[in-house]
Amino acid sequence: MAKPLNYLKETPSQTAGPYVHLGLAAGAAGLTQAPAELGTDIAGPKAQGERIRIEGIVRDGTGAPVRDALIEVWQANAQGRYAHPEGGGPVEPGFRGWGRAPCDFETGHWAVDTVKPGPVPWRGGMRQAPHLSLWIVARGINIGLSTRMYFGDEDAANAADPILGMIEQAQRRATLIAPREDGSPPTYHFDIALQGADETVFFDF
Amino acid sequence: MGDYYQRDWGQHPPALSPDYKTSVARSPNAALLSLPQGVGEITGPCFGAGDAGPEDRDLIHNHARPGESAIGERIVLYGRVMDGDGRPLPRTLIEIWQANAGGRYRHRNDGYLAPLDPNFGGTGRTLTDEAGHYAFHTVKPGAYPWRNWANTWRPAHIHLSIFGAGFAQRLITQCYFEGDPLIAHCPIVHTVADEEARAALVAALDLNATIPFDSIAYRFDIVLRGRRSTPFENRQEGA
Repeated sequence: MAKPLNYLKETPSQTAGPYVHLGLAAGAAGLTQAPAELGTDIAGPKAQGERIRIEGIVRDGTGAPVRDALIEVWQANAQGRYAHPEGGGPVEPGFRGWGRAPCDFETGHWAVDTVKPGPVPWRGGMRQAPHLSLWIVARGINIGLSTRMYFGDEDAANAADPILGMIEQAQRRATLIAPREDGSPPTYHFDIALQGADETVFFDF
Repeated sequence: MGDYYQRDWGQHPPALSPDYKTSVARSPNAALLSLPQGVGEITGPCFGAGDAGPEDRDLIHNHARPGESAIGERIVLYGRVMDGDGRPLPRTLIEIWQANAGGRYRHRNDGYLAPLDPNFGGTGRTLTDEAGHYAFHTVKPGAYPWRNWANTWRPAHIHLSIFGAGFAQRLITQCYFEGDPLIAHCPIVHTVADEEARAALVAALDLNATIPFDSIAYRFDIVLRGRRSTPFENRQEGA
């Protein structure tokens, strides 16, 4: 026997359920009389860098769209800094680097408008390729799923990225890389597969 | 500060919980890839007073017509947000959503026959204070049926979303209410295998925190992951 360490245990996760929008994206739930939604503007009006759109669909193990999912985005600004006291330095006024998007109840599509982030530091003096961190919650998802979206026009940076390099099955790296379609704004398509042969890589950190 | 402590997965439901049928097609098959934490995992969004006003934590009135209030058993849901070392988490955002006293959500996809309450929206948010305390004023939600088995009922519950100080602490959970006999029958509660962990999801009746002749009180403390106080640069594998 030893003296107990007495760490407190983390509160267990529970599914966000089918009505998550009521709490986190009230407009989608149909609530008109509510305080302003949070997370509708990731970058703010003064952010530097390229304005882009990201859109996609979440699919379940049968290939059907997950039409009640909600996605959160967390990202650095164009200089590779996060809006946080430990984020690497000051960011543009109004840049929060965080946002949310509900999936469309009919089609399952989601989209966010933001700026393309810069590369961010990694351990040992390395750099990570530009990417977004994503967190997916929905009915049937017992604990939020963490993944990343990388940019399809960053081949050299992606090839050197320490996280993509940790994915043992090389063919699965492609599940995290969104192809770019030029336009106004340029749009990256990022589909997420919760389960199956083309299952997106999800992380524990 | 250093890394967040490794998550204790024994506290959490597995992705695949066959008794909660919707999880069957929505759970990854592959193991999660374990990452060392970098700046994007240690940081997370910051919120301030502009994001949650005092009226936003009063669900009895925040959707009510002037002079009116929501119908139901009036409760205070309160507690403290802390990390695995017992340190309070100040200024962290908590968002909640819930059914009304009849068990109906004000959500376009909820078709339960119980009526909407015109004075109840069912959503609110607040920031914890400097000591990690939070409090909501609301009504106790009703139980409601759902299609898992042919006749399944959710215990009364309130959904909570908590940010913490970094994305590694992000959590969504549900709190239940002491004494509810439906807790023992709920397949979502039982996605958590550990009995003590399930007990941590049940808010305790706290008569000392009631508002006399107004509202009874339930206490729900929230623990997020702890964090090393000393930063150590992890060695590169093989270095």
